[in-house]
Amino acid sequence: MKIHEYLAIDLFRKFGIPVAGGRIAENVSEAVAIAQEIGYPVVLKAQVLVGGRGKAGGVKLAKNKEELTAHFNQIKNLVIKGYSVDKILIVRALDIKKEFYSAVTIDQVKNDVVLIASAEGGVDIEETAKSHPEKIHKYYFHGHNEIDLKRWPPFIKAVFPDPTLQEPATKIFQKLSNLFFEYDCSLAEINPLVIDHKGELYAADAKINFDDNALYRHTDIQFLRDMKYEDPDEVEAKQNDLSFVKMEGNVGCIVNGAGLAMATLDIIKLLGGEPANFLDVGGSSNPKKVLNALRIILQNKKVKSILINIFGGITRCDDIAMGILQARKELDIPVPLVVRLTGTNEKEAKKILAENNINTFSTMREAVQKVVELAK
Amino acid sequence: MSILIDQNTRLLVQGITGRDGGFHAQKMQEYGTKVVAGVTPGKGGQDVFGIPVFNTVVEARKVTKANTAVIYVPAKFAKDAILEDISAGMDLVICITEGLPVLDMVEIRQVLEQSKTRLIGPNCPGLISPGKSKVGIMPGHIHMPGSIGVISRSGTLTYEVVYNLTMNNIGQSSCVGLGGDPIIGTRFVEILDLFMKDPETKGIVMVGEIGGEDEQIAAKFIKEKVTKPVVGFIAGKTAPKGKRMGHAGAIISSADSSAESKIKILQEAGVTVVDCPDEIPAIFLKKLR
Repeated sequence: MKIHEYLAIDLFRKFGIPVAGGRIAENVSEAVAIAQEIGYPVVLKAQVLVGGRGKAGGVKLAKNKEELTAHFNQIKNLVIKGYSVDKILIVRALDIKKEFYSAVTIDQVKNDVVLIASAEGGVDIEETAKSHPEKIHKYYFHGHNEIDLKRWPPFIKAVFPDPTLQEPATKIFQKLSNLFFEYDCSLAEINPLVIDHKGELYAADAKINFDDNALYRHTDIQFLRDMKYEDPDEVEAKQNDLSFVKMEGNVGCIVNGAGLAMATLDIIKLLGGEPANFLDVGGSSNPKKVLNALRIILQNKKVKSILINIFGGITRCDDIAMGILQARKELDIPVPLVVRLTGTNEKEAKKILAENNINTFSTMREAVQKVVELAK
Repeated sequence: MSILIDQNTRLLVQGITGRDGGFHAQKMQEYGTKVVAGVTPGKGGQDVFGIPVFNTVVEARKVTKANTAVIYVPAKFAKDAILEDISAGMDLVICITEGLPVLDMVEIRQVLEQSKTRLIGPNCPGLISPGKSKVGIMPGHIHMPGSIGVISRSGTLTYEVVYNLTMNNIGQSSCVGLGGDPIIGTRFVEILDLFMKDPETKGIVMVGEIGGEDEQIAAKFIKEKVTKPVVGFIAGKTAPKGKRMGHAGAIISSADSSAESKIKILQEAGVTVVDCPDEIPAIFLKKLR
């Protein structure tokens, strides 16, 4: 789960990470009041949860009230990667001397938490990582929840050769990692971490992502989600315990298991079709799930045929068959259904469906061929 | 032979008094697995399908000589269940439970490295050595004993692959579902190594998917160490692109985790990569003739 920059900044403040003064404005008069309070120049930052904000014109500097008003109205009317701007963050413009990169995240290969930092901050950091990997420094936590000061000096000296910066930077990194561990983050990033001409360090941006699996232990965080960034069909699917992602094609599909669902999309494509969605009904056998899945898929009017591909393990094929019958009763299904059932209670399922004039296939290839043909 | 589990496996089921744990304990017993104990704190002294239930793993292990544990407890309790198995000295732990927080797994990995326990999962279907022992949730009847080793990051897609092998009369030595989470107990390379050392395994199927770089690491190992034929399938060519996580992901790993890139690297390592699981049997029929 992602949260907006201004909410991430609130968490930075809570953990004592220095940030530039300022707060969120929803209209021009609020923006002007904030600017008067913190003093010009100020930076306006569109609050959107998509990348490329700066390039889209979502970040502007204002030296006075006139500029602030003009920029505010301009940013407020932007549409960044399909999203309108509801809130704009107004912060004091920092007198930046140098920018650094820093982030705490998970290294899946090393099975460990890592702090990454570089004296080359800013938007080109990924380029730097490729062209000059020696400029990226990494500190591994070795399973501990805090920085081990015994192993720390080589890292901090590499990122901050200036000894006067090492202590304040260490404090920021300690606080950033505290935040990371306390809130089960998957990412806590400061890019850039800046030093101003007085030699003070500030987080000039804040990005925090949380581990969805751990949200149950952070009830205060769950409410920070911006529902605007959630596809309504996907939200509805999640509420029904289904995993759903909308796609561009016209062949709908319902599959059990994420791996088999991905493979099904690949084979639809391989045999000349275009999938309309990814939908994993998960491991349970509840017939209601099939009904809900069909209802969500049918909301997409592009869909011309639907494949139900089930490999019964925990999922029992006869439960799926009952779900299909129930769905036919309760829903208007204007497109053909192609059903492939194999595994646990396959025979019972095929019998139930045959009695109701629904043909089934045993192999994935046959079923996909049929559903693709029907969508043409 | 087979890897990791066989007729000598003595299984302990954590969460046996729960709905899933109980159901699968019975299914495993029916398949022939020696299910010797169940563990649910506070429910010691009961029995489920004739399997004695204990309060702790240590106690269960002492009385029943269990050497392998399978976990069906809810995600909130899974970390403690795994740590309890490790400290009780279990040889093998299989965690079926899905939804473990990543930081719980980071902590578990640290403890694992100081122990002799091997963990499979979490969020996995388990493993089976057909005809000998089944530990997990896979439908037993689609498997048949034989000489192909199967390793996969997926659940039902593994069944699809196994089903195609069995339909063509190609049996399996062992089938291992590693699990789909970012941090897991055992990865491709470790199982490839076990299959290489198992004389009964004549060929290997590797089922991967988009995300992470385990397939790339496996490809390197295959190139250097694996002399048995390997057939691969990578799911996710058509999958909607994942949402990016800041810059950190790209900085930490320069590996391209797309299906195309994984397929190319595996092919360069000598793996035959198929477009559809039903193409796998014909390749083995040719290679192993």
